[in-house]
Amino acid sequence: MMSANRNAVDREPTELEALLPFHAAGTLNLRDARRVDEALANDPDLARQYAAIQDEYAETILLNESLGAPSSRAMQKLFAAIDAEPARRNASFNPVMRIVGFFSSLSPRTLALAGIAGAVLVLLQAGVIGTVLVKDRAGSNFQTAAFPAQSTSGTFAFLRFAPDAKADDITQLLSTYNASIVSGPKAGMFRVQFGDQALPKQEAEQLLKRLQAEKIVSLVAAAD
Amino acid sequence: MRFANRGILENHEDFYVFDRTPFQSHTTNLARRPLSATHATSDEVLIGRIAQGDRLAMQVLYGRHHVRVFRFSLRLVRNESIAEDLISEVFLDVWRQAGKFEGRSAVSTWLLAITRFKALSALRKRKDAELDDETAAAIEDTSDNPEVAVAKKDTSSALRNCLTALSPEHREIVDLVYYHEKSVEEVAEIVGIPENTVKTRLFYARKKLAELLKAAGVERGWP
Repeated sequence: MMSANRNAVDREPTELEALLPFHAAGTLNLRDARRVDEALANDPDLARQYAAIQDEYAETILLNESLGAPSSRAMQKLFAAIDAEPARRNASFNPVMRIVGFFSSLSPRTLALAGIAGAVLVLLQAGVIGTVLVKDRAGSNFQTAAFPAQSTSGTFAFLRFAPDAKADDITQLLSTYNASIVSGPKAGMFRVQFGDQALPKQEAEQLLKRLQAEKIVSLVAAAD
Repeated sequence: MRFANRGILENHEDFYVFDRTPFQSHTTNLARRPLSATHATSDEVLIGRIAQGDRLAMQVLYGRHHVRVFRFSLRLVRNESIAEDLISEVFLDVWRQAGKFEGRSAVSTWLLAITRFKALSALRKRKDAELDDETAAAIEDTSDNPEVAVAKKDTSSALRNCLTALSPEHREIVDLVYYHEKSVEEVAEIVGIPENTVKTRLFYARKKLAELLKAAGVERGWP
């Protein structure tokens, strides 16, 4: 580490060296104070300089304290001047200070009561909002825009539509067969549900044959 | 004795335009320093009341800070009578300007900035010729001069004398940092100089102090 003592007369102070007096006075932030402490532990020259600074610090305090105090004349003069000032009515004053002044003027009891009243108000407000939300949720049959919940009953089949099938044709087919696409495409196949009740096996086979005969369907397979 | 006051007369303008950083509380000797964190809040409230014309609040604020204001101004102007006059001027300014105080820095920092401005104005009014030996003698402390102090092997006394012998510019920064316990940022606000200049100016003030001590025969091991 660079010696703090080297060529002290002709050079600029190092960053940490310049902070030493403020460290002695306790005016550094925590981060800088830690940095200085670490440097002092590792650099004897810096530590020696810090010892000199502590002497300067102590003597500066003693010197200033030896200056004594002013006479009462200063105070008399001040209040005579204040009395001579024009009366002031709600002087312009920044809003933050006005608020601080207002709260500080309240007694602790008043502040406590105001705090309790505020807390009760917040709780009431929360109760009202909660009630309204619960009521709304119970009254409306909310559904997402996605597929309706998948029913476990019904007849299912995998369909592959012809490459040239149009959306209108597919919609028409689904409508004709009271069907809806449940999932897919997967490997080019859609899982389609027909009705909401499982058909007997024979009827299901006939349904698949009819579907296979559709122009826009290129492949049909039974699905569970 | 004649005092060089030219350096300290610089940077005196815009003395109110300093209130720009948040107040930092820091470790301090509470017995000596009236400004604890809770005190700072109270000071702001007092300023609020003063802005509304509360005379009692003014008395409380005065009671808390007038000694520091006096000592700071005395170290600058080196004349007790002028320093006392400055106190009433400073607090009268507080009375008038309280409504403009934004509370972004400590009230004590604001007070010292006003004090500094008033002191510089007072110094400017006085010609160098008026700062004669008689005036200097009036505020000279009772301790020995450096040579006598060293003869008595009284390093502390020599150090105090050398602190007194620093230039006004150096005295000011030493006092603000060591006695008034102002941070780098606060000193920069009060004096109206960049923060880096605060650090280097204090470093050179300390070097000057070491030179004065060395000339008086006191070796402290630094520089």
